[in-house]
Amino acid sequence: MYKSLAEICQRTEETGLPFWKIVQQEDCCEQGISEEKSFDFMRRMYAAMRESDQNYDGKLKSASGLVGTEGAKLHERIASGKMVSGDFMSIVMEKALKVAESNACMKRIVAAPTAGSCGVVPAVFLSAQEKFGFAQDRVVEALYVAAGIGGVIASRAFLAGAEGGCQAEIGSASAMAAGGMTYLLGGNAQEISHASALALKGLLGLACDPVAGLVEVPCVKRNVLGAVNAITSSDLAMAGICSRIPPDEVIDAMRTIGRSMNADIRETGKGGLAGTPTGVAIRDEIAMG
Amino acid sequence: MNLFDIVGPVMVGPSSSHTAGAVKIGNVSRKLMGEKIVKAEILFHGSFLATGKGHGTDKAVVAGLLGCAVDDPRIPDSLEMAQNAGMTYSFGAVDLGDVHPNSVKMHLTGQSGKELDVVAASVGGGRIQICKLDGLTANFSGDYPTLIVHNVDQPGHVAEVTSMLEHKSVNIATMQLYREGRGGNAVMVLECDQEVPAEAIRWLEHLEGIVKVTYLSLV
Repeated sequence: MYKSLAEICQRTEETGLPFWKIVQQEDCCEQGISEEKSFDFMRRMYAAMRESDQNYDGKLKSASGLVGTEGAKLHERIASGKMVSGDFMSIVMEKALKVAESNACMKRIVAAPTAGSCGVVPAVFLSAQEKFGFAQDRVVEALYVAAGIGGVIASRAFLAGAEGGCQAEIGSASAMAAGGMTYLLGGNAQEISHASALALKGLLGLACDPVAGLVEVPCVKRNVLGAVNAITSSDLAMAGICSRIPPDEVIDAMRTIGRSMNADIRETGKGGLAGTPTGVAIRDEIAMG
Repeated sequence: MNLFDIVGPVMVGPSSSHTAGAVKIGNVSRKLMGEKIVKAEILFHGSFLATGKGHGTDKAVVAGLLGCAVDDPRIPDSLEMAQNAGMTYSFGAVDLGDVHPNSVKMHLTGQSGKELDVVAASVGGGRIQICKLDGLTANFSGDYPTLIVHNVDQPGHVAEVTSMLEHKSVNIATMQLYREGRGGNAVMVLECDQEVPAEAIRWLEHLEGIVKVTYLSLV
């Protein structure tokens, strides 16, 4: 796992290899597996992401009853042609909602990087492939880009809400998706790094405040935010707009912000939305035993 | 940690700790039992107790006890599966004191009448820790073939176990020793790089001073 995006960028310049290949080679070396085997495994991850979108059940509610059926509602709105978000962004929103709802309803998903943020990366990649017709293997390469970015974040900061708040989960997922999308659009290693930095910057400070401690409210809808933010960040980077703060320093800022967060907003289900009168009432209603 | 911890694992939601980790606890416990489980008394502690219902922790543990992996789509239906498989279960609450918030204590009965007491914790990202077996400290992850030997605290038992492993060309990754008190019950926990052959485990079981041998096989 690389410890900085700058190091990956430097390796691409030294070798002439793309971002994804640098990431893959390092992992294969570390794990002692062949590049073919690794690629096959990543293909399976993408196939499982596709299934998690296709197997959405619009009638299903979570065990608590707090989430579910809203992907179907959004689908209807999109079909009515009244969405102001535009065709592409609308599909991205729909897929993010569907996959995150499926997770809450105990269906099979791919944690990327976590189960709570599992809708972001598939929403961006599956929608991009549907809309622009990218070859399957190219999207799998983009998954390596996303994993490489997530790896740097894991090395420098954290990926768990309990450690760094929602910025560590949805923020990281959004940074990963933004980098991967930028790769799909033909961006180079610098553009990929800056897209991920721009995405993460937009979500710095986000609290992890799940109502009743469940991966439902606000987690499911924050997947929509993370996916949309990834697309806009990628567009910014491809326009040549850079993060004024270098990408690795943005990740470091995420770490310091997470460290200074009170435990009440780090997945304890106490502060923020969870601590509102309604949040507390919901928690008391559904405790086990 | 590798790339497939970042993009992956494929799992049934909603929570890597409260669902995937709980499945793994059940699954590892079944393997430790080494036979079909017919009865499971499951007690939840801390965050497992507070948010387990909404995360499907109950269904996840039962699914694991029935042999499901973390990505098995039947996990939400595990309670019906248990009925069909002839496994009875009960859920309850327990306060285990100052332990990991995502902890569970289980009393399991196998089809031969064999019993096993497990305390385990889901420590994040789907990783787990088996904390206690039959009341004695264990502390292993379930990621390695693991040999747990309960013995009387007297000289020689560690040497017996380690020379057996040497003889079978099994390399020890980690090793821990605990005892309740001098000359009382002791336990050694050995995480290994290779599988320990079944006949070697049977041999160990018959040695004097060895109370119980439990083995986690990953195959």
